[in-house]
Amino acid sequence: MSESAEVVPIRPSIRLDTDALTLTDIRLSHEGRNLLDGVIAEISSNGITTLIGPNGAGKSLLLRVIMDLVKPTSGVVEFGDGFEHPALVFQRPILLRRSVRANLNHALKLAKVPKADRSGRLAELLVAADLTRLAENPARALSGGEQQRLSIVRALASNPSLLLLDEPTASLDPSATKAIEDLIRNTSAAGVKIILVTHNRAQAKRLADDVLFLHQGKIAEHTLAEKFFQAPQSDAAKGYLAGDLLL
Amino acid sequence: MQDFFDAFQQAFALIASGDPELIGIVLLSLRVSLTALILACIIGFPIGALLAVSNFPGRRAIILFFNAAMGLPPVVVGLTLYLLFSQAGPLAVLELLYTPTAMIIAQIVLITPIIISLTRGTIAGLLAEHGETLRAMRATRPQMVMTLLREAHPALLTTAVVGLGRAFAEVGAVMIVGGNINHVTRVMTTSIALETSRGELAMALALGIILLIIALFTNAAVYALAPRSRELAHV
Ligand SMILES: Nc1ncnc2c1ncn2[C@@H]1O[C@H](COP(=O)(O)OP(=O)(O)OP(=O)(O)O)[C@@H](O)[C@H]1O
Ligand SMILES: [Mg+2]
Repeated sequence: MSESAEVVPIRPSIRLDTDALTLTDIRLSHEGRNLLDGVIAEISSNGITTLIGPNGAGKSLLLRVIMDLVKPTSGVVEFGDGFEHPALVFQRPILLRRSVRANLNHALKLAKVPKADRSGRLAELLVAADLTRLAENPARALSGGEQQRLSIVRALASNPSLLLLDEPTASLDPSATKAIEDLIRNTSAAGVKIILVTHNRAQAKRLADDVLFLHQGKIAEHTLAEKFFQAPQSDAAKGYLAGDLLL
Repeated sequence: MQDFFDAFQQAFALIASGDPELIGIVLLSLRVSLTALILACIIGFPIGALLAVSNFPGRRAIILFFNAAMGLPPVVVGLTLYLLFSQAGPLAVLELLYTPTAMIIAQIVLITPIIISLTRGTIAGLLAEHGETLRAMRATRPQMVMTLLREAHPALLTTAVVGLGRAFAEVGAVMIVGGNINHVTRVMTTSIALETSRGELAMALALGIILLIIALFTNAAVYALAPRSRELAHV
């Protein structure tokens, strides 16, 4: 952020963060099960927020709701001024049966990037993902980590102000994990808000500014990362961090 | 038995000598069936894809209709078109009866439902795989259709070959609307039927052999056209 001292806005202390992403009482039921059970959260428009919670808590579902891919049964998702449009990297990314380059070109086309600007943007994305060397290879023949990196920069093709990442480093080796974490950090440093789902506690500690803890379709806790890992408040989070089985 | 071998010998002789009558028939067959195939694909690929990606009232009925139409008996299609194009028919002014155009129309009617139904199935499978990803990237419906059609191209090539096979092999419809007129509407299958009934086994056999070679060649071409690295690249 490059805010100079003289333009600091005067904010009344009680005013809500108009830049935030606000989730108001999001509910989603399916065949009598409340998969999302009144999710309430106000997520700041900058930094990296991690969304943590046990398997089946509803993390991926919540990301889909934020992306408007799934309509909640009730509740509203409101994007503050800080967000123009979100992009999502799925837990299991699906690439087209084309080259790496063609996948990115396709994404740029969908993102309405003018033809003249595409090749420049494409080269940037390839560099960001460290895939320049593999640009002509079939995307589906890339290794898992390479596919993840490609999926992340593909999501960046639309220049999103909010990037949702669903376990981007699950099943990757340490160096591939590090490559992706670097990419996440750089993206965040470039001003993109990131919401990251992860089961990797060390990763959450390394990257997160704040933690949203989702349990049984509800936000059980939303605190700063340091606080969360040192002294979780909710029983559910305590149990999760202690490795207890949460059902 | 001697007749049998003689017939084969004469058949190969006809093919080897490049008999103009034979070549004329083969070329007309190719022209009719390939034209029908291209038009059926132009109609069938987008309609099949649209049926897969869109949701509107009556969609299921349309899908069922095209599925059922895959099994249309060619003679019934031929008869229906005959009634439409004949002197007393509503489309008599077009003067299409006993022309190659009428045969092309008959084959389009026969193979378009096949192209539509197979395409719809292929695209529906790909939509299940790519749909959410494409929606997350804000693809419009036409963009989705184009992306999935391109994604499906190896399967669509096979679909086209199935359609071509059906077009080439078909006798009943083109016989009725084409009339099997020498040098005008006589194609391979109708000639084979005619020559066989006349006892001209050599000509019938020669045409049959060419028909087989074309079928084998088409399949080989598709195999060769498919990306060699498919197993590796398109997991
Ligand atoms: N399309 C769907 N139809 C029915 N149930 C679904 C659907 N999608 C998700 N669910 C259910 O909703 C619950 C939450 O799923 P979700 O994928 O959001 O979990 P998650 O928190 O991402 O878990 P994980 O850590 O394993 O990825 C699960 O019990 C799942 O079975
Ligand atoms: Mg998940």
